[in-house]
Amino acid sequence: MSQPINFHPVESFKERGRSVVNDPAQRKNFRSAMDFLQGKRRAQFPERQELEGLRDLASAIRRYSLAQLPTLLEQLERNLTANGIQVHWAENAEDANAIALDIARRVQARKIIKGKSMVSEEVDFNHRMQEAGIEALESDMGEYIVQLAGEAPSHIIMPAIHKTKQQIAQLFSEKVPGVPYSEDVDTLIQVGRQVLRRKFAEADIGLSGVNFAVAETGSLCLVENEGNGRMCTTVPKVHIAITGIEKVVAKLEHVPPLYSVLTRSATGQAVTTYFNIITRPRQPGEKDGPEEVHLILLDNGRTQAYADAQLRATLQCIRCGACMNHCPVYARIGGHAYGTTYPGPIGAIISPHLRGLDQTYPLAFASTLCGACTEVCPVRIPITELLVRLRNEAQARPDSEDATLRGSGAGRTKLATAVWRGWSLVYSRLGLYRMTSWSMSRGRALSPIDQGAWTRSRTPLVPAPKRLRDLLRKRRK
Amino acid sequence: MRARERILGRLRATALPHPPEPPEVASWYAGRQRNETRPQQIERLRSALEAARAEVHDARDAAWPAIVKGLAEAKGVRRLLAGSGSPDAARLAQALPAGIELVCFDRPIDDWRDELFDTIDAGLSRAKGAIAETGSLILWPDAHEPRTVSLVPPIHFVLVDVGTLHPDFHTAMQAGRWAENLPTNALLVSGPSKTADIQQTLAYGAHGPRELIVLLIDEEGAGK
Repeated sequence: MSQPINFHPVESFKERGRSVVNDPAQRKNFRSAMDFLQGKRRAQFPERQELEGLRDLASAIRRYSLAQLPTLLEQLERNLTANGIQVHWAENAEDANAIALDIARRVQARKIIKGKSMVSEEVDFNHRMQEAGIEALESDMGEYIVQLAGEAPSHIIMPAIHKTKQQIAQLFSEKVPGVPYSEDVDTLIQVGRQVLRRKFAEADIGLSGVNFAVAETGSLCLVENEGNGRMCTTVPKVHIAITGIEKVVAKLEHVPPLYSVLTRSATGQAVTTYFNIITRPRQPGEKDGPEEVHLILLDNGRTQAYADAQLRATLQCIRCGACMNHCPVYARIGGHAYGTTYPGPIGAIISPHLRGLDQTYPLAFASTLCGACTEVCPVRIPITELLVRLRNEAQARPDSEDATLRGSGAGRTKLATAVWRGWSLVYSRLGLYRMTSWSMSRGRALSPIDQGAWTRSRTPLVPAPKRLRDLLRKRRK
Repeated sequence: MRARERILGRLRATALPHPPEPPEVASWYAGRQRNETRPQQIERLRSALEAARAEVHDARDAAWPAIVKGLAEAKGVRRLLAGSGSPDAARLAQALPAGIELVCFDRPIDDWRDELFDTIDAGLSRAKGAIAETGSLILWPDAHEPRTVSLVPPIHFVLVDVGTLHPDFHTAMQAGRWAENLPTNALLVSGPSKTADIQQTLAYGAHGPRELIVLLIDEEGAGK
């Protein structure tokens, strides 16, 4: 089994990104996948009015939920408990895994079958279970493929988007006993179906994520196409759901607009094959369904985002992935380069809270600030504004009041600080400014040819032979 | 309880701004009603389901058992699973030929898990309602008609009374007062199981049923 692939973006983000940019085959995969997803989404919103109206509504629902988050979480807990679903709170990844392990040990579980859950990726669930001698097997086709390959998902909705069918054919023929090489997608999916069907029947525990947790009714909603989410939450004797604390909504009637905008933004589907509302464990007389249902509510840094009036908007996210599908940076470097569980624009704004800005600040700079992500975000998160804010946090003096996050100031370098200090000095004194600009235009021949990152793919910057003020003076004469 | 108190404490420590006005969900849905006639709604349901590659058949109530029988024979079904003690199962039992065994879900899944996974070719259930806009069937499993009937067998037959059709999800939820009476598990099913996880290529029959066969029961002939 694989090693965790989360790594330190500060150390190797640029290097990883560059290696993808230099690989034409991978670039083509990502480009065509992004074009496909963008086209599908566009087709779902033929009318601008419907799209903008739905975005307004979805955003209002999410902001309404977050404004009362602690109250709603308590209401959710109360109603889930009354329904017979056990609620657990986890401050961090370690807590979450310990809670799951406790349950697994109590029911003497050996095998866990998993529906798609990015939060379980966030806490590195599979490896922690493996260390404790428990098998944790992914059953979403894309997740199954990346697990088999010893990798992590490169996209939050389509985990194996970086792989071609030839690579998957190769992988299956090597890793699944008795499977010959075939590039036929139907055949490959049927291989997955056959392998995993057995696993659903044998598993002791099913693990799933949650798309929406409804406080009013004490219900967990899951969105999916394959049916593995239903299998994991219906067939094993125990179901454990894990989710971030931000996923709660106040009322059941808030779910239809969010569900609609989620599927249309994510994969350009009007609706998914399955929408699954779980409200209770198996009741007396019922013949299937898990006997125990648990919900693990994970913080893992989300309360830091919540504490800041501007950054709180990060938690509006419903994880549709539209921001990465439309991001020119993601389209060129793919998800793995980010080195975080959540890649793309949402990854750049959520990861600093989960892992600390010191570990993740380069991601906020991996953006052209073109605003495509903000334009498509179904819940109107001002992603570009948040990216700029995080850039400022990364450069803030750690002891100043501008530094409010874990790891603020980590991006400061002596050189950059000195340059900005010099710039500010020059631009705030007229005489000094005139002298500097005069000497730069006179000394332009001395401009360095190598200007670091700038000249890697551009011609060097050279000051103009005549300053603007000189030209204007000449014209006036 | 320490993690709980700490998390809630951190959330509470942040002065909450005035909760914004509740979102106006109902009025948004009211504003986009198409006010379609029943036949138009039926057509919308049918075309959405067919676009998702479900098979849709029209049936008068008296005729559906014979239609299911014909389809089951044509698809080579040998064991067909239905709920226990339901009138649907009883009527189907009379229609099925000797070559097709009707299996009733009359014991807990734990007693026959492998048999369910390995030997059942099709399941039959009845939808509580349907949603025209997205071509979704509302399933409301209970003690008689368990959740796995619509999940584990490779073919899923669903009976839908066109009288239970709603224009959209929100309207269906409000009309049925779902917030007050959700079952253990409620579902929307909008086609056969599918995936596009390999190179964005759509493939059917990922983990749930490969085929979804919908019988639209239209006793009044409203769709005609």
